[in-house]
Amino acid sequence: MSTPQLLFKNRRPGETVFMEAYKATGGYSALEKALTKSSPDEIRNLVKESGLRGRGGAGFPTGVKWTFFPSDAPGPKYLVCNCDEMEPGTYKDGVLLAADPHQLVEGMILSAYALQTDVGYIFIRYAYERQAEYLRKAVEEAKAAGYIGKNILGSGFDFELLVHGSAGRYILGEETALLNGLEGQRPNPRMKPPFPATRGLFGRPTTVNNVETIANIPHIVNGGALWFRDLALTPGSSGTKLYGLSGHLNVTECFELPVGIPLREIVENYGGGMRGGRKFKACLPGGASTPYLTAEHMDVALDFDSLEKVDSRYGTAGVTAFDDQTCMVAATLNLIQFFARESCGWCSPCRDGLTMMRWLLETIENGEGTPEHLEMLKDQLKNISGNSFCALAEGAMGPVAGLLMHFEQEIVDHIEKGCCPFRD
Amino acid sequence: MAQEEKIDSVGLLDENGLAYFIAHAGELEHPRELVIDVLRAIQKNHGWVPDEGVELTATILGLEPIDVEEVATFYDKIFRRPVGRYPIHICDSICCWSNGGEELAELFQQKLGIAFGQTTEDGLFTLLPSCCLGVCGQAPAVMIHQRHYGPLSADDVDELIERLRREASE
Repeated sequence: MSTPQLLFKNRRPGETVFMEAYKATGGYSALEKALTKSSPDEIRNLVKESGLRGRGGAGFPTGVKWTFFPSDAPGPKYLVCNCDEMEPGTYKDGVLLAADPHQLVEGMILSAYALQTDVGYIFIRYAYERQAEYLRKAVEEAKAAGYIGKNILGSGFDFELLVHGSAGRYILGEETALLNGLEGQRPNPRMKPPFPATRGLFGRPTTVNNVETIANIPHIVNGGALWFRDLALTPGSSGTKLYGLSGHLNVTECFELPVGIPLREIVENYGGGMRGGRKFKACLPGGASTPYLTAEHMDVALDFDSLEKVDSRYGTAGVTAFDDQTCMVAATLNLIQFFARESCGWCSPCRDGLTMMRWLLETIENGEGTPEHLEMLKDQLKNISGNSFCALAEGAMGPVAGLLMHFEQEIVDHIEKGCCPFRD
Repeated sequence: MAQEEKIDSVGLLDENGLAYFIAHAGELEHPRELVIDVLRAIQKNHGWVPDEGVELTATILGLEPIDVEEVATFYDKIFRRPVGRYPIHICDSICCWSNGGEELAELFQQKLGIAFGQTTEDGLFTLLPSCCLGVCGQAPAVMIHQRHYGPLSADDVDELIERLRREASE
């Protein structure tokens, strides 16, 4: 059975769809329907009923997030789309925008109407300049078609949409750091509360949503909440999901598949198995901050709840697979090097804790580790978890927790042999 | 807002760019939101952002230079020191790492005879480590002037360097 293609409906290799082709497959029909027939309240309720959960990694229910937003408050309010997408192993938003940028533009206008915000920003990472150019073109086309501007489709609703190019750094994906970045401030994360819904961009009520989350809104408006829920394979889940495959799989492409698809399907079917006839050893199921799954998890459904039950996370569904010749200590060291370097340095559990963690993993990987180093690693995991200012260090603990949960013996082997058992 | 005639871009922005930013800053309630745009424009023209670029950005946006500096130094894709004509960002994150990223980085260093952070004597190439570039399905990958190249084999590296050398000499 093939999955209905929503987000990748218009996707063709090497091509980018703009207004004419986008409209030809039903583009902007959701916007026309909503602005002429539905109230903002109705759209917000529809999104809540659809069960859509944030596609940026945290998985918070979008409709619930939107209920926190004071849509009737007077004065400027903002909708911000987070396209910082810098979590290693995650590239789905980049693929989506390269194929079909109008989906995000239509989604932004619809979401802004639902939330009654008059200005929207798309915050896009430096490395996605090509996608930023496509978006700028799509925004211009939408303006020319009367979908952006004053009194859109005679509804009395005004909306302006801006594309903001960033200049690197993973921390900008943290929503309050992103808001500082948008304002032109040094992008350290902000203290929460107040949450962005109360005091966000320029101190005004703001909602920050991921690209894929917002791109789903037109489809939900067109297909309805029940239809959207039924797309998922597991009870309590809803929708399709973009799965970006990477690592040692034969096929490392991005697929639109149902939420709740078993890991085995991803690895054996869509990923085409492991390269060179090797065996599957482990994977990051949803980006660099999600604890490893192993071969024993092959039949686990990839969705938010099922993965929490096995002490991992759905994250962004960017699946990075490792074969049986991969040293998991070295892989975890690589991940921690990333997080340590991308720490903004604001709080000590992150700034110093991750540096310490990197040193410990380096010592063990280099064959200089002792049983004390293993104890320190466990201790450090406890010290950092729950104690950092924002979610960066918390996320960094994902792979370390996974390493200790599933591959502690591999650490012990390094210590006992006095070298990395995977190196010649 | 700052007056156009008083601002000298010291060659870091062309006339149109300068006029655009001054006009745009004048329209915005929060001109500071343009900091990255101005810095990126200066870098595009000049290759990197010298002290004068930080001062120019501050002048255009009505800020103190320190306000600009604390932003500029945060981002790894804003260069506050000279770089070569082609800064090569080599991804060292997990997907590239699992597909020979370390060997690729080694190869670039060998071929160009420089280490990370250094620039070749002819001023053409600078090697920089980078976190995930967002093309994880095409690992191992590098980025040059916001264009991605991957997956790169040893032969591809030779060809890429050769092509850029040719482009530079034209």
